[in-house]
Amino acid sequence: MTRPNAQPADRTIGLAGKEMHTMSGHEFVSSYDDASGIDTSTEQTRIGEHTIEEMRGLAARYPDRRSALLPMLHLVQSVDGYLSNAGIKICAEVLGLTTAQVNGVATFYSMYKRRPPGRHHIGVCTTSVCAVLGGDILLEHMEQRLGIHEGETSPDGQFSLERIECNAACDFAPIMMVNWEFMDNMTPEKADELIDRLAAGKPVQSTRGATVVDWKQAERVLAGFDDGRADEGPSAGDASLRGLEIARRNDWHAPDDPGSGSLGEEQK
Amino acid sequence: MSVDTGSSRAAAKPELVEFTIDGQQLSVPKGTLVIRAAEMIGIGIPRFCDHPLLDPVAACRQCLVEVPDAGNGRPMKPQPACALVAMPGMQVETAASNATVAKHQEGMLEFLLINHPLDCPICDKGGECPLQNQAMSHGPGESRYEGVKRTFPKPVHISAEILLDRERCVLCQRCTRFSTQISGDEFIELAERGALSQIKNYEDTPYQSYFAGNIVQICPVGALTSADYRFQSRPFDLVSTTSSCEHCADGCELRIDHRAGTVRRRMAGDDPQVNEEWNCDRGRFGFRSTMLADRLTSPLVRREGVLEPASWPEAIDAAARGLARAGHDVGVLPGGRLTVENAYAYSRFTRAVLGSNDIDFRSRPASAEESAFLASYIAGRRFEQAVHYADLEAAARVVLVSLEPEDESPIVFLRLRKAWRAHGLQIVNVAPFNSAGATKLGARLHATAPGGEADALRTLAADGLLDEQTIVLIGERAALSPGALATAAELTKRRGARLAWIPRRAGEVGAIEAGALPALLPAGRQVADPGARVDLAAAWGVASLPATTGREVNAIIEAAGNRQLQALVTAGIQAEDFLDPRALLDALESVDFVVSLEQRRTEVTERADVVFPVAPITEQVGHFINWEHRIRPVQLVIDENPSPMTDVRVLAALADAMGADLGMRSPAQARAEFAQIADWSGERAHGPIDSGGGRPVTSQPPAPDSLVLAGWRLLIDDAAGLDGATELLATAPARVARLAPADAARLGLVSGDPVEISGPAGRLVAPVELVGEMSPGVVWLPLNTGSSLFATLGAHPGDRVHVTAPGSRPDGPNQSDGGAQ
Amino acid sequence: MTDVLTPVLTENWGTPGSWQLENYRSRGGYAAARKALTEMTAAQVISEVKDAGLRGRGGAGFPTGAKWSFIPRDSPKPTYLVVNCDESEPGTCKDMPLLMASPHTLLEGVIIASYAVNAHQAFIYVRGEVLHIVRRVRKAVEDARAAGFLGTDIFGSGYDLEVVVHAGAGAYICGEETALLDSLEGRRGQPRLRPPFPAVAGLYASPTVVNNAESISAVPAIIRHGAAWYQSMGTERSKGTTIYSLSGHVRNPGQFEAPLGITLRQILELSGGMRQGHHLKFFTPGGSSTPMLTPDYLDVPLDYESVAKSGSILGTKALQCFDETTSVVRTTLRWTEFYKHESCGKCTPCREGSWWLVQTLRNIEAGRGQEGDIEKMLDVCDNTSMKSFCTLADGFVAAITSAIKHFRPEFEAGYHTPAWELFPYEKSALFARPRQVEEVAS
Repeated sequence: MTRPNAQPADRTIGLAGKEMHTMSGHEFVSSYDDASGIDTSTEQTRIGEHTIEEMRGLAARYPDRRSALLPMLHLVQSVDGYLSNAGIKICAEVLGLTTAQVNGVATFYSMYKRRPPGRHHIGVCTTSVCAVLGGDILLEHMEQRLGIHEGETSPDGQFSLERIECNAACDFAPIMMVNWEFMDNMTPEKADELIDRLAAGKPVQSTRGATVVDWKQAERVLAGFDDGRADEGPSAGDASLRGLEIARRNDWHAPDDPGSGSLGEEQK
Repeated sequence: MSVDTGSSRAAAKPELVEFTIDGQQLSVPKGTLVIRAAEMIGIGIPRFCDHPLLDPVAACRQCLVEVPDAGNGRPMKPQPACALVAMPGMQVETAASNATVAKHQEGMLEFLLINHPLDCPICDKGGECPLQNQAMSHGPGESRYEGVKRTFPKPVHISAEILLDRERCVLCQRCTRFSTQISGDEFIELAERGALSQIKNYEDTPYQSYFAGNIVQICPVGALTSADYRFQSRPFDLVSTTSSCEHCADGCELRIDHRAGTVRRRMAGDDPQVNEEWNCDRGRFGFRSTMLADRLTSPLVRREGVLEPASWPEAIDAAARGLARAGHDVGVLPGGRLTVENAYAYSRFTRAVLGSNDIDFRSRPASAEESAFLASYIAGRRFEQAVHYADLEAAARVVLVSLEPEDESPIVFLRLRKAWRAHGLQIVNVAPFNSAGATKLGARLHATAPGGEADALRTLAADGLLDEQTIVLIGERAALSPGALATAAELTKRRGARLAWIPRRAGEVGAIEAGALPALLPAGRQVADPGARVDLAAAWGVASLPATTGREVNAIIEAAGNRQLQALVTAGIQAEDFLDPRALLDALESVDFVVSLEQRRTEVTERADVVFPVAPITEQVGHFINWEHRIRPVQLVIDENPSPMTDVRVLAALADAMGADLGMRSPAQARAEFAQIADWSGERAHGPIDSGGGRPVTSQPPAPDSLVLAGWRLLIDDAAGLDGATELLATAPARVARLAPADAARLGLVSGDPVEISGPAGRLVAPVELVGEMSPGVVWLPLNTGSSLFATLGAHPGDRVHVTAPGSRPDGPNQSDGGAQ
Repeated sequence: MTDVLTPVLTENWGTPGSWQLENYRSRGGYAAARKALTEMTAAQVISEVKDAGLRGRGGAGFPTGAKWSFIPRDSPKPTYLVVNCDESEPGTCKDMPLLMASPHTLLEGVIIASYAVNAHQAFIYVRGEVLHIVRRVRKAVEDARAAGFLGTDIFGSGYDLEVVVHAGAGAYICGEETALLDSLEGRRGQPRLRPPFPAVAGLYASPTVVNNAESISAVPAIIRHGAAWYQSMGTERSKGTTIYSLSGHVRNPGQFEAPLGITLRQILELSGGMRQGHHLKFFTPGGSSTPMLTPDYLDVPLDYESVAKSGSILGTKALQCFDETTSVVRTTLRWTEFYKHESCGKCTPCREGSWWLVQTLRNIEAGRGQEGDIEKMLDVCDNTSMKSFCTLADGFVAAITSAIKHFRPEFEAGYHTPAWELFPYEKSALFARPRQVEEVAS
């Protein structure tokens, strides 16, 4: 099993699973595993001229091409399935940076994975609100269900699991994310059904989003290449509309603004 | 009148800001940081990330001060003094007057120490560690931290020379700011995030920098260490001596640390006028060549064909006899690395003892045009008249001609980069391509193949680029480009630009002053000037001085080779540096008698009849004159020296034995005597310079596979002075042959392919590196990386060489390696 | 007297296809942008927003119009508008539904704001972990461009504007405006030294305005209805309407748009209160970085001044409500872990303080705390507070010190009893721990 996490799991200061070294006959336990960096043992990549051309296109969107680095790293992930050594070098080459500079950026952000995550990347929010309402149970449940720990990928490459931080959906807590699509108001049962459907290759509808695409396709959208799914899904979830509905029921509105279309259509 | 004067003087002053620190009123130039202002009045504020030559980052938070009044009547939250600009009326309180600040400082040190290993007893920095020192002065007595310390696998090599102990790192970013801001080598960066943040090079790309050692020196903890010094000594066991670097003409101040008779390390000295607080890795780590087994410790005398150790009296007698036999027909090649004192001794010895003017320090390609240039523009020039580092910073434009600053003048490189970053100094590079170093200067390329420098200068002049705001820096390689020096001298004079000549070796400007040239006597006096000769003869207490202008370096070698000269005296020279290394070795073999003053056994000493061991730079006093014409003192570092004789002392002994008087026996006497004759108000050489005297250019029609050779010495290369610096040499750039893509394509070569370059003396093979903007028809090679091109190819920059894919050349001048078909 | 809830930003969220251009336009969308560009000068737009009293909705509450007026008018460099949609503060969940339901509201605000500060290039920086929102915003930009609301000569006014939607890559600190700028420049998202301020040297060292998504989205309505209209809502110094996000152990969590100054008691009463059979123990007024408050503060008007007076900060108006089953130690630890994970590592107190405090809190949660730990934590907090490079560390200091202030005995109990024994965690959850978990494990 591999760790897709950008952060080597230092969450537990307990030292389980850390690299052990022997120095001067004493056991040495490291808080940081050097093997968790970008995997430089391979130069393999599926990035070809087409992708490099797309990278150049991204760079051209910005007044200063270095701004394209984050999108380009997303693009590397969409092609190679993780942040490959070759991808780092190609980004450096395209932008005229050193690989140290690209590596410094790549290892700062938690969405960049140094080892391949699963086809479906499952996130379970365990920041306070979600954790307390059931996120901790969900994470534990997912670990059991998938047979992997947070930060790992299942041996068949189908799933990876990440303990995520607050994903700005606290009114739908506890939440999970699948390939960065919202899965609101989760329960262990719903989570099981989600995994069943994904494992069976059946379509999964995000509660506030599109039909779930795989992680690599999601990364491509984040890189800046749309997949035409913007019109899928609802305007808002129930919770988002809570106040609005109460206002409607009470006929409350902002002053002098009786509601929709007060100024009429915007005229050409 | 007086009112006018007063106001104009006031206008020139910087705007001042009045504010208080701990109640003390002070007045500082607008823009001054509070931490600097506090230093001025002796108030100590602890700090780690702050460095006066780096942009503030305010990361360590150790220098927090309280600001009860920002100058606008309102308080500020605790502010980092390193990033806080003094404002009028501001009130600043440090720990000296505010107990809260003392608590900030103690708390911050506690934070820095919770994850810091307690390995001071085995840490190289222990004893000179800002963290250790400030923990003692400003830290808590005991840590309240009982948690788990952050640990990393340790240590990691970020380059062959530099190691990083991440556990010790306090993430002050001095090293990354140095590499980004000062030297421009962005091969180390912060990586990871939060508590796991760490300095990192990319796995397979080491931290490549000629200035890497500086990050060790400015690291405020023991996180960065050099492989060279690691575990070598404890700071409190070292004796430090301030001296000057002998490697190049930049004149860095050095701090040389020794223990038990051995230099353990060298660090950049702090000279704001010259090297600021930096030096290059060559100067820092290149100090082991005289500690090797080939160090000469006793005189050698050739007995029946074999060089054997001899006593000093025997060697002196033998040398005196041999030189006396040669009469006036002695050539002297003292090299370019001597102190002024030693060079002056050679100059006087040659003129007053040997009665010869055949002396030339230029152990490198030289020309008559250059001789004339040196006589007119360099010799006798006063410091006040010369271009200085500060002038480079203030200039609007700098034109580089036959000079690659990063390789050939690293401190000039840093100063130019500083000016470019600070105010966009325009740098015009007359070169076949913009190297990585030139790119770091933002240089504008004026593409010029070697030999085209004079034309390039004329074009620049026509474009108005040699105006009064411009400084032209011309390197010693210009001697290989006919007309370059003459044109530079003439056009700068006519257009108002200033001109500075930057040789590579530390002793060259001093040797010119000392008169170690065939037509020049000390202090710019000319041999051809009878008045000068009389003046000097009087000072030296001799009847007369030889009146015939002597031979230049190549002529000396030729004359020795055909035995017009009977003897040679050499000092600190390497055959492969000369225009024709083979000719020099042949001459040493042909000539009747050779005396060599050296520190180590070399190809030259092997051919000598008498060899005298002389003191290396750490074992004598003296001074260099850098390219700015600034005096750079050399101090005695090691006094338990195995070869206590300086060049001056040996020459004095020889003079004695030859019945003459050198007039000085020690560097101190040499210096005192030189000072008496240094003031020459008589006639000096002045232009115009005849540029026709340049090295003849071959007039063969270019063959289809011939390209013009370009090249320079890389800073870290096969130089003898770097011998023994194992880790440093492991950082040396590899030899590549740089070609324009069109030329490579014509030859059927792609990047990385081996390419064969051949010249009159032989051939070599190097991998191709394509350089997009390379002038077409040019091939670039490093001059002494892998082998000396002068020796291997017999070719020099500006010459045509044959360039082919190996084995593909059917009709080249040399037989192909593959044998007969 | 205005109504209790005043949907303006949220007004169209319930409409089918609300994110689509034609639906937005059919409700008056882009009229304000047209009005601003064709009938008003940039200076007039700025004064309108200034007069409206709009303050930054990202947490700091800085007056938006004033921020715009700092932009030098004579800069030789281009000016940029950057919209901060990096919503990541724990508890905060207002911008994401806004962008999902009505990205054109934001975009119309972008056009007006860019016009006001004379920017011809704007960037919308959206956190990366919200795929569908990135899609929606990007599509809105495409559709607006196709309709001629972006590009050249917008509304025939001669004004040009391009907008790039930029997805982040996972870093809370990029919500800090200067870190966001570094991130947008393709660097590590670490806060910058100020001065220079972004208004002088921001993105690409050019004058830059960085505004929160909700702040920008409020602009079209202000232009449409005028400053006086906006001023008529809210309290004396906290004007207008804003979105409050209710989450936690409440019966009906969600988004509630009301004039500034509504109380949590009002919102809870409207929405059905705490979950059945439970009562409020503590809440945050504006996200985890704002000191927590107890039910004693239920009647504090949720405006900038009143919340400040009560010892906390209005922040992002993220009302995270926890009931009596909740261990304060547990939530405080979780927040501190969040900050430790998200600390950029640049400055000492934040990096090391979070590392230290997480360990102490873990001990206390596990009942392994030691006498003096609380005092030590408070002192470590004091050594961190206001001394770090940016305000991230002040967030965990606020969480810890306010938790200890209000619930010190719970922390003291951690010297001997695990928090999960005092507050069985399953009682806080909305569902039971599945039985099969144990079986699978064995």
